[in-house]
Amino acid sequence: MTLLRSFAARITGHCIRLFARAITAVRADWQGIAPIPRQRVYYSNHTSNADMPMIWSVLPAALRRDVRPVAAADYWLKTKLRAFIGPEVFNCVLIDRRPEVNDKPMDKILAALDDGSSLIIFPEGNRNMGADDLLPFKAGLYNMGLARPDVDLVPTWVANLNTIMPKGEIIPLPLICTVTFGAPIHVQPGETKDKFLSRAAKALSDLKPELGA
Amino acid sequence: MTETTTDIIWLTLGAFIILIGLTFLGEVLRARQDPDTPNPVLETYMTRVQSWWGMVALIGVAMLLGKVGVIILFAFASFAALREFLTLTTKAQADHMSLALAFFIVLPLQYVFVALNWGGLYTIFIPVYAFLLLPIVSALRGNTNKYLIRVAETQWGLMITVFSVSLVPALINLDIAGYDDRSILLVTFLVMVVQLGDLLEYFFGRRLGRRKIAPGLSPKTWEGVACGVGSAMLIGALISWITPFGVLGAAAMAGAASAVGMFGNIVFAAIKRDRGVKDWSHLIPGQGGFVDQLDSVIFAAPIFYHLTKFFWAS
Repeated sequence: MTLLRSFAARITGHCIRLFARAITAVRADWQGIAPIPRQRVYYSNHTSNADMPMIWSVLPAALRRDVRPVAAADYWLKTKLRAFIGPEVFNCVLIDRRPEVNDKPMDKILAALDDGSSLIIFPEGNRNMGADDLLPFKAGLYNMGLARPDVDLVPTWVANLNTIMPKGEIIPLPLICTVTFGAPIHVQPGETKDKFLSRAAKALSDLKPELGA
Repeated sequence: MTETTTDIIWLTLGAFIILIGLTFLGEVLRARQDPDTPNPVLETYMTRVQSWWGMVALIGVAMLLGKVGVIILFAFASFAALREFLTLTTKAQADHMSLALAFFIVLPLQYVFVALNWGGLYTIFIPVYAFLLLPIVSALRGNTNKYLIRVAETQWGLMITVFSVSLVPALINLDIAGYDDRSILLVTFLVMVVQLGDLLEYFFGRRLGRRKIAPGLSPKTWEGVACGVGSAMLIGALISWITPFGVLGAAAMAGAASAVGMFGNIVFAAIKRDRGVKDWSHLIPGQGGFVDQLDSVIFAAPIFYHLTKFFWAS
């Protein structure tokens, strides 16, 4: 049964990637890093629920095997289908956002890093619906960088998804989506949280293409 | 095997021979090259030749499958081109539904009309009905910010990447006395003279080009364009046996298609400059996007279609 499920998960993963390619011709632009296996935290802007599958789809197989998106448990456990796709296809690290639950998300994240996994995180915390490029970052990225200083924190800009699949629309538009990977950053010795987070946000928004973003 | 099929096979083989020559030339240059110093011009040339192999093979297979094969090939090319075009246009969430209709209803319907040979409809469907109806869908959402720019740019995208491109397979529908089932060869003729004319325009322009046509916008020169159009006419005359035009007619048609195509290329250069991009996308290695690849064929197709219809079709 578990074998069957993991097989189904792999097939579903292939289908998601094919679908992403067919609709958006999604393309990776490796500006600051090379697509080689190395432990990284890809931190990205968040405008659509399709952000994470897009980043996941453009990663080469060797990198994709070791990457785990950090995602909200309330979203991914809502239906049986999502509970299959989130934890089993994408191998998500699920975080419980309910205030009454004391889930200690950072423990789960650090445990995943200590297993050798790379992560995909959205430091804005929520989907950005406004006109600004980014919402203020939550502290998680800083805490990760502080606790595991060897891990590369890679800014990852996903362009165009807010037009391809805006909130409230059902049909995705087939426009071209580009995922740009920037140069990795690390928490400098003695750097304050606010200073680091604004530096991280700038590194990310600098990747935004002039047009089509 | 029909005569048309034999001709298609001969033409594909002919294109393959040209490509073998180009590949051989590139490999010789590569072998003589010092392996430690990279040569980007040569590498670009080689990726382009590789993409051409793919394109010739695809077009060849589509032609052998007949009308349906050609229509499917160009429908997919339209889809990819429209995607590139609309990625760069002005739009708002209010346009989401009209853009979805453009991709998933207007584009397939246009090719269905071409397949059904409804000439009265496929020549006006996008210029009239999509033009009138899609802005209604956008207006209903109530966002008037840059409204005219939004609907105009969407319509431009449809005209260029769907309407004009679809007139290439529509050539098969033209009913020419004594030419019968051979009209599929008009597609080959158009694509060949326009693409080879472009290639030679580039070649001659680099060597003889002096006076730029549109300075600061396109590297095209009057000398290059004159040589390119002349070469296209010569090639048209050489392969006139696949057309109903006769030798002189074929040269004239090739010249007209090639000339319009080259100026179309300048129009696309202006749009790309306006939007601050070098290529429409990165989907075809070494060539940029589908629109980059198709640009002169896009402009040539409607002119070629109507000239053929006016002078030769019954």
